[in-house]
Amino acid sequence: MSQLVFDPSKVMDIDYTQRTEYLDGLEAIKAAHKVLKEITYTPSLPDKGYTNRTLYVNVGTHEITEKPVTQQMKDVFIGGRGFGLYHLWNAVKSTTRWNDPENEIIISPGPVAGMTQYAGTGKSLVVSLSPQTDIPIDSNVGGFYGPLLKFSGFDALELQGKSDKDIILFIDGVKGIIRIEEAPTDPVDSHVLAEVLTHMYAENEKDLPNISVVSTGAAAEHSLIGMLNFSFYDRRRKCVRFKQAGRGGIGTVFRDKRIRALVVRGPKVAGDLNHPADPETIAKTGIKFHKEMRENDGTQCMMRRNGTAHIVEIMDAYDLLPVHNFQYGSHPDVHKIDSSYWQQRCTQHTVDGCWYGCSMACAKGADGLVLKTGPYKGDMVTVDGPEYENAAGLGSNCGVFDPDYLLELNFYCDTYGICTITYGTLTAFVMECYQRGILNKERTGGLEMTWGNAEADLEMMHQMARGEGFGKIAGLGVKKMKEHFIKQGWGDPQLINDIGMENKGLEYSQYMSKESLAQQGGYALTNKGPQHDEAWLIFMDMVNKQLPTFEDKAEALYYFPLFRTWFGLNGFCKLPWNDVVPADNSSQPEAHKVPEHVQNYVDLFSATTGVKIDKEELILQSAKVYNFQRVFNIRMGKGLRLHDAAPYRSLGPVTKEEYESRAERYDQQIITEMGLDPAGKTTEEKMALHRQWRTDRFSKLMDSVYTRRGWTLDGVPTLARLEELGLDAFPEVVDVVKQHL
Amino acid sequence: MKQLVIDFQKCDAGRNCNHECEMECAIKVFKVDDPAQAALQIKAYEDGGGKAILCDQCGDCVVVCPSEALKRNKLGVVMIDKQLCVGCYMCIGFCEKDAFMRNPDWIVPHKCTSCGICVKVCPHGALSIVDVSEPAVRII
Ligand code: SF4
Ligand code: SF4
Ligand code: SF4
Ligand code: SF4
Repeated sequence: MSQLVFDPSKVMDIDYTQRTEYLDGLEAIKAAHKVLKEITYTPSLPDKGYTNRTLYVNVGTHEITEKPVTQQMKDVFIGGRGFGLYHLWNAVKSTTRWNDPENEIIISPGPVAGMTQYAGTGKSLVVSLSPQTDIPIDSNVGGFYGPLLKFSGFDALELQGKSDKDIILFIDGVKGIIRIEEAPTDPVDSHVLAEVLTHMYAENEKDLPNISVVSTGAAAEHSLIGMLNFSFYDRRRKCVRFKQAGRGGIGTVFRDKRIRALVVRGPKVAGDLNHPADPETIAKTGIKFHKEMRENDGTQCMMRRNGTAHIVEIMDAYDLLPVHNFQYGSHPDVHKIDSSYWQQRCTQHTVDGCWYGCSMACAKGADGLVLKTGPYKGDMVTVDGPEYENAAGLGSNCGVFDPDYLLELNFYCDTYGICTITYGTLTAFVMECYQRGILNKERTGGLEMTWGNAEADLEMMHQMARGEGFGKIAGLGVKKMKEHFIKQGWGDPQLINDIGMENKGLEYSQYMSKESLAQQGGYALTNKGPQHDEAWLIFMDMVNKQLPTFEDKAEALYYFPLFRTWFGLNGFCKLPWNDVVPADNSSQPEAHKVPEHVQNYVDLFSATTGVKIDKEELILQSAKVYNFQRVFNIRMGKGLRLHDAAPYRSLGPVTKEEYESRAERYDQQIITEMGLDPAGKTTEEKMALHRQWRTDRFSKLMDSVYTRRGWTLDGVPTLARLEELGLDAFPEVVDVVKQHL
Repeated sequence: MKQLVIDFQKCDAGRNCNHECEMECAIKVFKVDDPAQAALQIKAYEDGGGKAILCDQCGDCVVVCPSEALKRNKLGVVMIDKQLCVGCYMCIGFCEKDAFMRNPDWIVPHKCTSCGICVKVCPHGALSIVDVSEPAVRII
């Protein structure tokens, strides 16, 4: 494939300051707010990345308390996702489910978060018990909420309890006020709500960037796939934009607690609010990275031009782009939604970082979209992205290749508060069920869910937002749809299970894993469910053939999930790690790990916290939290080998068409991998051989990975592993494990 | 716009002067007694040549600044608003001329304001302020 060259003259001429405004009702909405509880507190800035306290809010009882951050919390859990899991563990019982009042939503930015000198340093980590999986879910999200929360004085926010009316939690980190307000007439959908609230709580125009809002939308309320929008004020566009904590239904938990929004008003951001131990190292490391971005991005990933959508055509070229519910890996119409299109359609004259200092700036925006359907029909909006996952999930995986419809789907997912990845995969499943007669017009209540029917797709989404019709069933997610369709007797249960792309209750994200055994493990052998943020090994495994043996794959599935977990402990974004690399990276040992960037991370952590670590210690920090999370899953009734099973569609060809579309490849594998002769065999016979071979090797992979991770063959961390990690200091953790040894 | 330029026919990269320009800039403009903090840097090469690090007010840093701390003033000169700056140093990393400066003692970086103070003290008259048209905004 040739490198795409950016041509500024082709960028569409769209005024990025124009959009529909929603501020008319602001005063009335504000007047309807009623203070239910208000306390004052002393704001403080972090010291070496930590404020050393967390905030607990019970939205049911209105209890608001501060808790100290202990040395043990820092040593074992670091922050971010680690703090989230720690608080959640203490809040729930093994019988707790997502909609019990004791379930929590924890938001924690991590010690490094809020740094402004390096790219990708503003992330919040959100943890809760998921309505889709019944185990902890964690989500790594941009936007300003986490850093502003920390600069207001808190390393984490715990939300527990259930309110009986819609409320807003407002934290004023300048004046030292925390308030629970009843919000009876606030708008529901994020793009309206966050705009109104940003203007309501900002003291003046200059204050707008100091406000961040966490919200969701109408569909989060009527589905299990709700997500949270974390806002940031875009100074150039003069509008509120979002990053999404997408996976696992945290938005649904949020609405179940009747939280309408969280609003923080932080102090004006400056470069030293984290009070790091060694600002000079941070400055030098940051500048080095920014230069690398300037010099290399244009000939590497073009993240500044395309965002993550740059890989659409790469995935297509390698037969890895999910098409029609992961049946196929490429499609002739992909050029309509690939990055050469998006770099013309997205606004390019602006700054698109989701936190200050992100020179990777992937948070692109497509401005000037006039909506064709739904409650905001006719409005002109700015759409975030589309990111790769959305182009693939809402686009190719559902056969939608019309970019305007793709943007509209993306927009409504965002404002309705549902996860685009989940929605894409579940819609692809619905469409394949429709193709195969498992669903029909009668069963969908009139929706013609044929491939590429974007209007029906949008209508299903609007139904989800209204809590009506088939949209409500779809909003349960793939796992519950499968159970429902099988119970209704609507199709062959094996076929339904084979093509329903979920594991542990969570939908797959948008990569084809059939030809990469390591990626099959990268999806299924995860803590939270099949999301590529634990391990993305397709290229190393399938294209570059760097992982030939089971041991190599197991090593990668040991190292990368731990390495990537570490981003979430600290509030880092993963993308600047390897979406640009130093010019000499390929000549370095272990180039796939991007050693210079790993060293940057080691330095940034040490320079922030004053705790000197090296790259081995970095992995050890993650291993503690990762294994703790595994034990947490076991405590909640999952987390064993049985729960790591993968749907067959992720391992190999389920249907005859799938096999025959890539017959040459599959026949060849019968010869080279199985040592058999495909000649004279029917497609069905050959498919059976593949199924046997593919499920066997997946099972062998599980053995190797579990062994490498220090787990039993049932997937349980051994006592020796817990001791090695110091997790034996937690008797409850040891107790859970003992029951399974 | 006002732009600082140097004539290397006249400047010999500090061999026959005391880097008066740097010293004067550091002291008068940035109030520090350290020529390393000046907004211009004159470097001598061993082969007798030299190089000047000068800001040409190209405006690239304005494009990348996330907090709108950088704006052109009426004279077209790129100025920094210290109140708005978040200390991200993207301006430094994205300046192709390495002309955005950083003093390790300050969190906010600094740059040339085309004030002309250095021009007056150059013993060889090598520096001058010229008026040129603003370049088009680049997508960076
Ligand atoms: S790379 Fe993208 S997602 Fe990551 S911090 Fe930067 S803008 Fe945000
Ligand atoms: S500092 Fe650099 S980028 Fe900014 S105007 Fe001067 S030369 Fe251009
Ligand atoms: S360091 Fe300050 S002036 Fe430079 S880009 Fe960042 S915010 Fe703008
Ligand atoms: S013009 Fe002014 S700010 Fe620029 S280098 Fe000379 S003295 Fe310094």
